[in-house]
Amino acid sequence: MERMTSPAPDIATRGRILVVDDDASLAEMLTIVLRQEGFETQMFGRGDGALQVFRDYHPDLVLLDLMLPGKDGIDVCKEIRAESGVPIVMLTAKGDTIDVVVGLESGADDYIVKPFKPKELIARIRARVRRFDTPSPEALAIGDLDIDVAGHSVMREGRPIGLTPLEFDLLVCLARKPWQVFTREVLLEEVWGYRHAADTRLVNVHVQRLRSKVEHDPENPEVVLTVRGVGYKAGI
Amino acid sequence: MRLDRWGGQRATRVVRHALTFWRRSIQARVVASTVLLSALVVGIVGVFLLQQTRDGLLEQREAAAVGEATRVTAEARERLAGVPPTETDVALQLRELVEPIVQLGRSRDFAVVLSGPAGDSRNAGPALYTPRLDETSVPADLERHFDGVARTAFTYTEIRQKAADGAVTATPGIVVGSQVRLPADSQTYTLYYLFPLSDEIGTLRLVSRALLTAAGLLLLLVAGVTWLVTRQVVTPVRMARRVAERLAAGQLQERLKVEGEDDLARLATSFNQMATNLQRQIRQLEELSRVQRRFVSDVSHELRTPLTTVRMAGEVLHDARGDFDPTTARAAELLHHELDRFETLLVDLLEISRFDAGAAVLEIDDVDLVDVARRIVGSMSALATQNGVHVRLEADRSCRAEADVRRVERIVRNLVSNAIDHAESGDIVIRVAGDDHAAAIAVRDHGVGLGVGDAAMVFNRFWRADPARARTSGGTGLGLSIAMEDTHLHGGWLQAWGRPGEGAQFRLTLPRRNGGVLRRSPLPLVPADPTVQQVRGGAAR
Repeated sequence: MERMTSPAPDIATRGRILVVDDDASLAEMLTIVLRQEGFETQMFGRGDGALQVFRDYHPDLVLLDLMLPGKDGIDVCKEIRAESGVPIVMLTAKGDTIDVVVGLESGADDYIVKPFKPKELIARIRARVRRFDTPSPEALAIGDLDIDVAGHSVMREGRPIGLTPLEFDLLVCLARKPWQVFTREVLLEEVWGYRHAADTRLVNVHVQRLRSKVEHDPENPEVVLTVRGVGYKAGI
Repeated sequence: MRLDRWGGQRATRVVRHALTFWRRSIQARVVASTVLLSALVVGIVGVFLLQQTRDGLLEQREAAAVGEATRVTAEARERLAGVPPTETDVALQLRELVEPIVQLGRSRDFAVVLSGPAGDSRNAGPALYTPRLDETSVPADLERHFDGVARTAFTYTEIRQKAADGAVTATPGIVVGSQVRLPADSQTYTLYYLFPLSDEIGTLRLVSRALLTAAGLLLLLVAGVTWLVTRQVVTPVRMARRVAERLAAGQLQERLKVEGEDDLARLATSFNQMATNLQRQIRQLEELSRVQRRFVSDVSHELRTPLTTVRMAGEVLHDARGDFDPTTARAAELLHHELDRFETLLVDLLEISRFDAGAAVLEIDDVDLVDVARRIVGSMSALATQNGVHVRLEADRSCRAEADVRRVERIVRNLVSNAIDHAESGDIVIRVAGDDHAAAIAVRDHGVGLGVGDAAMVFNRFWRADPARARTSGGTGLGLSIAMEDTHLHGGWLQAWGRPGEGAQFRLTLPRRNGGVLRRSPLPLVPADPTVQQVRGGAAR
């Protein structure tokens, strides 16, 4: 019995989190900490079958370990991303370049290297699920795209473009101040909720993925422009 | 002028090429020295042979000439003996004496001069001689020899002949003198026979030409043979060199071709064995390194997961310590703090073992060192204030370099944290400067400083200047070692200067271009501020 549903909370939850980690102690500890913060959680300890649990549970965020029995965390990440834009935060024991980049490219929104501080984890999780807290009616335009912030939709000439929440947040962040050039550090703070400068590759990977969805030609971007040596800005 | 200079340069270049070829080619040197030695021997032998031939030829000719002269003189004496004693016309008699000899000389190719009478220089009439002969052809010392009565004698001379137009031709020859007594005046006259040596000269010339040709051909042969022989030795050596170069360049599968069983083949076999052994050793080392890296990665994973759990548990306990009794609350606090230290130490240890395994790689980016310094100053200000020091950045303009921003930040953070650790009080000043080739960042503190010889030791792992000194910022003792490894990865310099009581300065110098070579740093290692007496030395490089 690896599956374990938490008892129905008596307080209103801030979101549902699926914790996929094969280390039972860590998973339980995560559950304790997350529940203290007001999240509802479910644990699962294997890579194969994680997708089914995801479908049944409908989480608002997935915490996914990179090394899992049965199936690699990278593959699980790809599977989930194939059918949902739900935020995925990778838990990795390796801070090495290759693992991080592979994890991000498989569709993860963020990663956190073990051992992490619980507060840091909570901050990242909050940054990823905060959009549920503040719905504000707002309409933006960037390039030939129309963004409905409250409705979480992006349209090009009336046709919707499917973005993950993170990609949407990134686009909105740039579109709100089209005159400003955002450094990678600022974007990390605004979109990912980092309080200190962190790995800027995170920004690069997601800008690439955003471009592949919103640009006519990702090689010659018109919506998300690179400002050499500084960062990114919205195209007019 | 320009053409001359150009020509001069070309000549210099040609000479330099030739010298290089000479230095590099054993073959050329062996051939040259062999030919030189052979030429010397052939020369000596040739000279000796020529000498022998000449001496032989001349001896023969001398014998022949003296014999001929003696015979002709004997005939002349016989003729004179047959002359009636009444005959007293000296001139006539002399003419009668010389005429047949001249006739004979013409057919047998010798010339005759008659002079005399001996011992009576006053009465010496005009000498009789073969027409067109220059009578001075007879050397004076031979004439002196025949001043009195003397036996037949000979010497060498130059026979000069006057042509019809007055031109004089000279040929080497032998002159033989012989005396006859003239019945008419009972005086002794000397007959000189001059035998030209033109035949012998011709022979000698022929012989020397033949010898020269032979010597030339012989030298050519020697050169050719030497060239072939050295080639047989040098070619495998050159092949071995090429293979060795390829081995050195990392193509470990390169081997020499072994042909036959001679010394060179055995050399090739040994060489191949050496290469095989090297290849095996290197493979083993690579395998070891791979295992090591794997181990580091596994340890990393295995240690980090439980540490994360422990850490979160500690955090939960720490947050709830208000509900505990004082002892338990203190225990929770200690657990929390020590977990922090444990984690930093683990991270540093893993980083060091990654360097040791050679698994660390650079991620090159365009980095502004001033930005880096500003960020570090910002993130360290809390710790600095806690320690009662102030960190100040002195930089007028941005200073860019190609570097791995994460590593450069770590270096600077380690330097600043080390400075805060040892500053005690006073400002910490960070200076950034750059030139065309290098960018530098120096961290200066006015703390306890470094003892003599400590500047070289500070980068050692777990090194402490004073083992009794307490740590304030809880450094692991690996910070500066990691900074040094990070610097080496960039091909940069990380140096320390310090004096007891005057503080210390750490200077990081990075090449502006990745892979560039450093020659000098834009910042001095020994700070120029007034508190420092300008006594250079110590760790200054």
